[in-house]
Amino acid sequence: MASYTVAHGKAKCFYDHYERKADLQHQTHYCPGCGHGIVHKLIAGTIDALGIQDRTVLISPVGCSVFAYYYLDVGNIQVAHGRAPAVATAVKRSRPESIVISYQGDGDLAAIGTAEIVHAANRGENFTVIFINNAIYGMTGGQMAPTTLLGQKSTTTPFGRNVWNEGYPLKVCELLASLTGPVYIERVALGDNKQIMRAQRAVRRAIEIQTQGLGFSLVEILSPCPTIWKMNPVEAQHWVKEEMTKTFPLGVFRDRTKEAERRPAPAHAPPLAEIPRILGIANGASRRAAAAAPLNDAEPRDLRIKVAGFGGQGVLLLGQVLAEAGLDAGLEVSWLPSYGPEMRSGTSNCHVRLSARPIDSPLVSRPNVLLALNEPSLRKFLPTVEPGGWVFYNGTALAEDCHREDVQILVRPFTKMADELGETRAGNIVMLGALLESTGVLSEQHVNGALRRLVKSERWLEINRLALAAGREAARKGNGHEK
Amino acid sequence: MAKQLIKGNEAIVKGAILAGCRAFYGYPITPASEIAEAAAFYFPQAGGVFLQAESEVAAINMVYGAAAAGVRVMTGSSGPGISLMQEGISYLAGAELPCVVADIMRGGPGLGNIAPEQGDYHQVVKGGGHGNYRTLVLAPSSVQEMADLTHLAFELAEEYRNPVVVLADGYIGQMMEPVEFPAEAAAPHRLSWAVEGTAETRHNLITSILLEPDLLEAHVRALEAKYRRAEREAVRFESWRTEDAEIVLVGYGIVARVLKAVVEQARARGLAVGLLRPITLYPFPVAEVRRLCRRAAAFLVVEMSTGQLVEDVRLAVEGRRPVEFYSRTGGNVPSAEETLDFVQETADRHSQMAVPEGQLAYG
Amino acid sequence: MSGNPKPDRGLVKLDSDECKGCGLCVEACPPKVLHLADHLNPYGYHPAAYTGAGCTGCGICFYVCPEPGAITVFRLVEQKAEPKSEELMPAAA
Ligand SMILES: Cc1ncc(C[n+]2csc(CCOP(=O)(O)OP(=O)(O)O)c2C)c(N)n1
Ligand code: SF4
Ligand code: SF4
Ligand code: SF4
Ligand SMILES: [Mg+2]
Repeated sequence: MASYTVAHGKAKCFYDHYERKADLQHQTHYCPGCGHGIVHKLIAGTIDALGIQDRTVLISPVGCSVFAYYYLDVGNIQVAHGRAPAVATAVKRSRPESIVISYQGDGDLAAIGTAEIVHAANRGENFTVIFINNAIYGMTGGQMAPTTLLGQKSTTTPFGRNVWNEGYPLKVCELLASLTGPVYIERVALGDNKQIMRAQRAVRRAIEIQTQGLGFSLVEILSPCPTIWKMNPVEAQHWVKEEMTKTFPLGVFRDRTKEAERRPAPAHAPPLAEIPRILGIANGASRRAAAAAPLNDAEPRDLRIKVAGFGGQGVLLLGQVLAEAGLDAGLEVSWLPSYGPEMRSGTSNCHVRLSARPIDSPLVSRPNVLLALNEPSLRKFLPTVEPGGWVFYNGTALAEDCHREDVQILVRPFTKMADELGETRAGNIVMLGALLESTGVLSEQHVNGALRRLVKSERWLEINRLALAAGREAARKGNGHEK
Repeated sequence: MAKQLIKGNEAIVKGAILAGCRAFYGYPITPASEIAEAAAFYFPQAGGVFLQAESEVAAINMVYGAAAAGVRVMTGSSGPGISLMQEGISYLAGAELPCVVADIMRGGPGLGNIAPEQGDYHQVVKGGGHGNYRTLVLAPSSVQEMADLTHLAFELAEEYRNPVVVLADGYIGQMMEPVEFPAEAAAPHRLSWAVEGTAETRHNLITSILLEPDLLEAHVRALEAKYRRAEREAVRFESWRTEDAEIVLVGYGIVARVLKAVVEQARARGLAVGLLRPITLYPFPVAEVRRLCRRAAAFLVVEMSTGQLVEDVRLAVEGRRPVEFYSRTGGNVPSAEETLDFVQETADRHSQMAVPEGQLAYG
Repeated sequence: MSGNPKPDRGLVKLDSDECKGCGLCVEACPPKVLHLADHLNPYGYHPAAYTGAGCTGCGICFYVCPEPGAITVFRLVEQKAEPKSEELMPAAA
């Protein structure tokens, strides 16, 4: 008696029974003659042939194939409409050993998800896209897809797709092939058994490329949707072959497999114990004197400082030096900047608080120290200074209407003094010197420590040293303290 | 442990890595960009992934992918970007995937401006995406809390298998304060439900579609039960000088900091004022609000929006006490002085009305 | 048919429960040995059926069929080769 062996049978990576399906658990949910089922078989056959079932993660889209996970016994992730390439990107990068297949329809990939597919392709992400072009939105009942043919009727092109209204069918392979990133792009069809065999080879090739770590591969598959096209399955198959291929020519649009380099393996994760050092927070990496250096009694216990000027005067840095030094001195500190374009162009200011007590609001609306680096800042904030507070003004004289009797005002051309040191931008630090000298807050040691952390270059450290000294000198000299 | 002077946005990133987060996907936007920038610097060094996505839509779906693959993952953005992420957040909640989203609020609507505001409360706390889901929302009001609550966010996200939002305003993101970080980094660990592309995880499925009405109803009920549990177990708040308070100020983020100064100043004037600062905006500290109703004559909600948090306070108060509202928007932060004036007015109107315990002021 | 002295090179097995009666296999089979049955399967489709002889084992019907498990194609085992027993199927099946 003759005996026979299985030549073509259900792939092993299909579930025997589709238990995730509510009923009819031995049939797919697709319409008779639908291309999705054929493509599932091509993918399943490839997974079997390559022995990658355990490693495979299938991303199902929104579209008729939303339930691809009913069938394929691999890791499954179902995602939002059009976003499969973004999800696949992160899955692959999270699990570089996995084989990630992004399965998408033409509405999913070529309309709502256009940005995601273009950028994933352009980054050369190492996953495989199986793109089902059936020239229609199947799941939602037959609306126009970006791939709908000119003249083709759909529920949203009831008179046929009109180039003046809907534009031309989108050619995804041609579009993506214009990018450098992709390694392999081919368009195949399900128009007859020969085309299907060709499609099988393309799918296998694309997934193999991923297993070799070469990068992005995509196979576009022209696929019948008999139900929406209102054809019987055989007619629909013919329509794929005869009509769709006219608009969407078959072929390989990109093959860089020979030149493509393997994507480098991700760097090894450092040992856990290294993380604090990497973040710059290991003991010793940050360097605070644990013991609070007590303020002398003459000093204000609560400095509420407003630093203001125009962008480029080092307003924010000046504030930061104060906060850093305050922290070294064992004080509670906060620094709050004005930020954004404001900081780049016009005025810039920051609020700094140094306090022996926990700081409630880091906003300084009633400063007891104002550092005004230009006149508009002085005008704006002088009225807010608390009686008895300090004002340092970068200028030569106070305008008539800028006087206040109840605060101590020191007027000096700090920027000009910095010019004399050869660096205009050090005006902020000259002013800082004057502040330290006049108020006696913060020790030299703490300020120097702060500067060393914030200023990286030796040249600038030297400039700042001179600037501080010049500022102190200026504060000592003459009757600068206008009352 | 030594303290480090650091920006709120950077503290989020360091806190995240210390919490075992190893993936960041984001898109730049002021005033949240330092989060992406710091992530780009630190994540690769820590053996993690950083990727600047093509949009917030892509970014949140990358978050979905990494979460599905079982990696602790986060993103950071501000109002306009959070709006784009809402669809993805709904999917994450539906698929029960943990992740952390930082929203550093700026002015809106539309492009608005980049100054601090609190106008995202509704879109974040009430769930701006579709369907029956909630996000757990943590509201830091200091840079230390940016680090600490980010860490907590990852724990809650995993415990509840749900997105957790760290909701801060531009000032909390941009300002610097000393932060003390934990001495040890948490180890990334495996999650049994994740899809890793391995034999052990092959049967796992991540999805949010349930076609059968009964199945979807059961799923939504299960989500709801999770949220009820969070309402019992995850509520956090700071009740500050409220024990004898006749007027309870309510605010979060930078506003809560201003309100602390207001409480001091008000008390110096002899007004019995305290502060309730919700730390979890969802779940909202409803029980604490009700407890405070016993003593308080009135609540005064201060917000940098035209009235979003105040709705939750009113819901919790349920008419027992008057709830007054003071707000600044557009990037203006209510100053301690102007707020104090409003507190004084409120006190003048209500302090005579202090009601005996248990009795309703407004029936 | 049983009178055929030479066994067919191929054999096809159709699972009528899995078949949706789309007819693609019938259309594609080169020797035209498949047809849609007159009867309906439990889901109301006319399932594909094998005429019983003449299959070449080419596998074309398998490739065009959208259902993962509706068609299994067997090939005649040359007598010298000893295939694994579990893959074997008697011609009479
Ligand atoms: C954001 C969003 N918009 C719209 C939809 C509705 N929708 C579901 S599937 C679909 C089109 C699917 O078409 P396609 O990707 O071509 O897949 P097919 O069903 O044809 O295989 C649309 C518009 C959705 N689920 N989500
Ligand atoms: S509608 Fe079209 S694409 Fe969807 S299952 Fe039916 S035939 Fe397939
Ligand atoms: S294997 Fe070939 S010959 Fe046999 S039934 Fe199928 S298509 Fe026809
Ligand atoms: S192709 Fe498959 S589903 Fe269609 S009739 Fe043949 S066996 Fe049945
Ligand atoms: Mg389609």
